[in-house]
Amino acid sequence: MRESYKILVVDDEPDLEPLMLQRMRRHIRAGRYSFVFAHNGVEALEVLHQDEDIDMVVSDINMPQMDGLTLLEQIPKVDPNIRSVIISAYGDMKNIRTAMNRGAFDFVTKPLDFNDLRITIDRTLAHMAEWRKALESRDQLVILQNELSVASGMQQSILPTVFPQGEDFKSFASMEPARNVGGDFYDFIQLPDDRVGLAIADVSGKGVPAALFMMSSRTLLKGSAIGNVHAGETLREVNDLLCEDNDAMMFVTLFYAVYDPLTGELSYANGGHNCPVVVHADGNYTVLPMTGGIALGVMPDFEFDQDSITLLPGDTLVLYTDGVTEAMNEEGEEYGMDRLCDILVAAPSIHAQDISDTIFDSIREFAGEAPQSDDITCLTLHRSEVDA
Amino acid sequence: MKVETLSQGNSLILLTEGRVDGTNAVDFQNQLENAIKGNDQPVVLDFENLSYISSAGLRAILVVAKSLQRQNVNFAVCSLIDPVKEVFVISGFDRIIPIHDSQDAAIGSFGS
Repeated sequence: MRESYKILVVDDEPDLEPLMLQRMRRHIRAGRYSFVFAHNGVEALEVLHQDEDIDMVVSDINMPQMDGLTLLEQIPKVDPNIRSVIISAYGDMKNIRTAMNRGAFDFVTKPLDFNDLRITIDRTLAHMAEWRKALESRDQLVILQNELSVASGMQQSILPTVFPQGEDFKSFASMEPARNVGGDFYDFIQLPDDRVGLAIADVSGKGVPAALFMMSSRTLLKGSAIGNVHAGETLREVNDLLCEDNDAMMFVTLFYAVYDPLTGELSYANGGHNCPVVVHADGNYTVLPMTGGIALGVMPDFEFDQDSITLLPGDTLVLYTDGVTEAMNEEGEEYGMDRLCDILVAAPSIHAQDISDTIFDSIREFAGEAPQSDDITCLTLHRSEVDA
Repeated sequence: MKVETLSQGNSLILLTEGRVDGTNAVDFQNQLENAIKGNDQPVVLDFENLSYISSAGLRAILVVAKSLQRQNVNFAVCSLIDPVKEVFVISGFDRIIPIHDSQDAAIGSFGS
């Protein structure tokens, strides 16, 4: 409970003021209570308007100008958090009921028993203290939710919405954010000689710290990729920069590839991310082997090896995050790699966006009513079979 | 999710149980940090009964691994079920944290 409380006493009886001060003197001296007085409802409202520190009101019912029951209706308009205790005639149930229905917290009866009044005041103030605590935690929650929506907005705003395409390839990407802000992102980076950098990533943790780490990962990747056509080199550079001052020990799993539309060659390095899948025109698929990398931000001075494959006409490259493979259904089963590969093979498509849509539809159908716990992200690139 | 400690030979064993994901990763990290507080014996994180770990959980392990590394205390994990092992392998964490098939193998690795 707070140290000191200010109580407004409203009564047209002039004797009450000295009596109250006298009977409550120990609490007043101890600094627990302080009193202000008014002699009718109108005066009381004026005091309430002028003095924002008043915590509670103790009011008589029958008074000139404005009675206690009317005052009760007016108090919440000044401050809804003020609690009121009504003083009524003994046995005046009708007025007591009216007062309670108008929001009085409690009542005491005349002739005043000051001991009872003290207990009633303490009980009212204890209730107010709890109420204030509840309000504070609600405010905290609102602040937190605002922060999360900032983080979520940040995440959405860095994702490209225009996807590179060429004469014989098309790309597409989409992210379905989880409620509590995950850390997935993807990126497309235009490189010299019409080459395209493709990235998909998942930052550890959630919320604002993850969103900030995601921003810096993405910025560093972009900066490094533009000056570098070697995927492994790019990851090495981004990793070293992320490792600097990484006291929070956040990390990001990042798959980065450079696609050359002229030859179909895809050179890639995998920084601890899920292995992408290439779906072939004949219905087979290849899971790209790991390149011996590690999540970025964990270990400085790490050399990232790279590998390369050639996307043949008709091939589709599918990058995804663990939000896809670890999506859960209502029975608690994971979507899994096998389901992903099955759906890719079963629904061959020549449009990058269709393939992505197929994956998202399939996950949604699988998950049913189960809540989505992580961001779900896919990036697809299809090399078309017919030369333009 | 649960973390229990027991002493085995000269090693401190942390037995983990349940799922570690974004919702309890902070709690998991606190429990691990409390368990190794003031300890200078080699630490084995036994994952036999750990059914799932997300990237947030990996981060908790990384924090513990780095703090033990700073104190020159040996650290290993053991008895990972396949899906959990896969998370370690894909993320590359198996390159910085030794993984063993059993508690005995983990404890044995500290001797050499």
